[in-house]
Amino acid sequence: MFKGKFIDNLPKIYGTYTGGFLIFIILMAIAEQAGMEAKTIGIMFVAFTVAIYAFIGWLSRTVQVDAYYVAGRSVPTVFNGMATAADWMSGASFVAMAGGIYFGGYTYMAFLVGWTGGYILVSSLLAPYLRKFGCYTVPDFIGTRYGGNLARFCAVVVLTLASFTYVTAQINATGTIAARALGIPFELGVWVGLVSILLCSMLGGMRAVTWTQVAQYIVLITAYLIPIFWISNRGGYGFFPHLMLGEEVARLGELEAQFGLVKNAAADIKAAGVPGGLKSISLPHSGVPAGGMAAWKFISLALCMMVGTASLPHILMRYFTTPSVKAARKSVAWSLFFIFLLYSSAPMLATLSKLQLMDPTLPTGIIGKEISAVMAIDWVSAWTAQKQAFIADFNGDGILQLNEWFMRGDVVVLSTPEVAGLPYVISGLVAAGGMAAAMSTADGLVLAIANALSHDIYFKMIDPKADVRKRLIVARALLVVIGGFGAYIASMRITSILGAVAWAFDFAMSGLFFPLVLGVWWKRATRQGAIAGMITGLGAGTAYLIYVYPKFMGNPAWMGIDHLRFGIIGASVCLVVMVVVSLMTPEPDSATQKMVDELRVPSGKTILGKQH
Amino acid sequence: MSNREKHWEKTKGQMIVTLALWFFFGYVIFMFGESINSASFLGYPLAYYMCAQGSLLAFVVILFWSANKQEKIDDEFGFTSREDE
Repeated sequence: MFKGKFIDNLPKIYGTYTGGFLIFIILMAIAEQAGMEAKTIGIMFVAFTVAIYAFIGWLSRTVQVDAYYVAGRSVPTVFNGMATAADWMSGASFVAMAGGIYFGGYTYMAFLVGWTGGYILVSSLLAPYLRKFGCYTVPDFIGTRYGGNLARFCAVVVLTLASFTYVTAQINATGTIAARALGIPFELGVWVGLVSILLCSMLGGMRAVTWTQVAQYIVLITAYLIPIFWISNRGGYGFFPHLMLGEEVARLGELEAQFGLVKNAAADIKAAGVPGGLKSISLPHSGVPAGGMAAWKFISLALCMMVGTASLPHILMRYFTTPSVKAARKSVAWSLFFIFLLYSSAPMLATLSKLQLMDPTLPTGIIGKEISAVMAIDWVSAWTAQKQAFIADFNGDGILQLNEWFMRGDVVVLSTPEVAGLPYVISGLVAAGGMAAAMSTADGLVLAIANALSHDIYFKMIDPKADVRKRLIVARALLVVIGGFGAYIASMRITSILGAVAWAFDFAMSGLFFPLVLGVWWKRATRQGAIAGMITGLGAGTAYLIYVYPKFMGNPAWMGIDHLRFGIIGASVCLVVMVVVSLMTPEPDSATQKMVDELRVPSGKTILGKQH
Repeated sequence: MSNREKHWEKTKGQMIVTLALWFFFGYVIFMFGESINSASFLGYPLAYYMCAQGSLLAFVVILFWSANKQEKIDDEFGFTSREDE
């Protein structure tokens, strides 16, 4: 009774929530004017929002299997879109994307194209069919379509590897933000972040994660858009920045020509003592690098991110929660719409914040000014003290050149409100947004891993007779263990050797993309083919990564396929092996073929029962 | 051909058209990034605009268009999906 009522009331509930959040922001702004300390405002923002997520998590507690695994398959299209957008946009998207564009310009924007275009593959190749199948997890589909525990097990391995690569970075981000906002050491911040994540997911599984993710989306999009519109309007760049920054982009080109884009030599950077991870601007903002190789690097990166998107289990499983096949398809479209709102804003934020620093005619500009004067600016000295920014006077003229200003990418989003002179309440809001982004993705990932282990390994392989109570206890215990393990790795600060977030996409596409797609689109695909494809695909991709990554073997990249793009090797091997082995082995039995036929029809009952 | 086979043929066709559009906005444009960047749209260089907004927006539109189109195909063959099945 409550559930039906709850679903019907969703717009009202989240409308009230959004209104409440806006009132909270206004109250904080008033408190700031009344003299509340910046630190207290930061704590209030993070504590207040996390408390709300925890409350939603508690309200969504459940003891039912289908509510725990797939939110009872009752999440309406638009809300599932928002939840997916929050699930998708990680701490990295929120904090690092604008920074990436800031330093990498057009070259980096291949990520924008890649991280959105993948949804077309999700919608036309996979989501509706997996929804019709009625699985609880992605390996559940592989295990049932191909049959046998080995296929299921291989899928769990790929899922775990890809998701775990991703999740440590997210827990790391929650730790960084919690540490900054609450003024505690990073190591402690990581555990605070973990507790917040588990509060959202533990009692209610997918149902709780869904409703907290919707709430987190609202916070993160508000926190991302307000500063952009504010800066743009205050600086007179146009009231709707997305359509009106053409002149500013052109102005950046002029400034680049004026100051010169210089790539510093590694030896100089080392000699000047620039802290690790800090960069200077050396690539054009809107200029396209010349040559066929540059174009290939752009599209190959976009390709990896797109195919990876369509193979990442924490995204695919969001479409298991819609009420129908039709709704799953629509929901993919809404997801991308909500993602678009943030992604199309990131280049605008990068443009505005770059201009604030680079234009010497603006009061905020620092490039081309005297270094002693720049060092005296509050935010410069604060970030320099934290080793997030650095000035190296290479030519010794006492004037700050473009190639002498170093900054960490993450700082772009976090510092822009301060640089542009907005009140501190905006910085607090941005911290809350970053926390929401990192938490929502971490939640989705930890849940994807724990669900695969509890459903596919424990229930399907070890103890198929386990009752509901026992299954859910195991699922929750695994959630805590995996989260704890991720936080432990993050607290050791070794995430830099775990590599980039992009690796998660490459791992996933190497092992899962073709087994999933061919499972739906090619009836002839056999169990042996799928198993061989997953093993050799993941194996070849990983081997190539070790071969090419500078910190491992460091060999020169073949055809520009570097460590960010190793999925191209993995997925190609997977496809070839899977097709060859499938054709060499007898075709799947008639029951399997019938199952695939059934899968392709959008109406009718799901293939796996409601409780399985 | 049975009803199901016809439905699947049309579904496949729709998938191919969708992926062709996807390929155009995701790849073809950026293969010629260098040459189209001298053109401008809304005052932005065209290749810059396409990867900042244009292609992203195109993807959103393609998804809604394709979902509606597929629903029509499903209706045509009597395979309309309903809730709680």
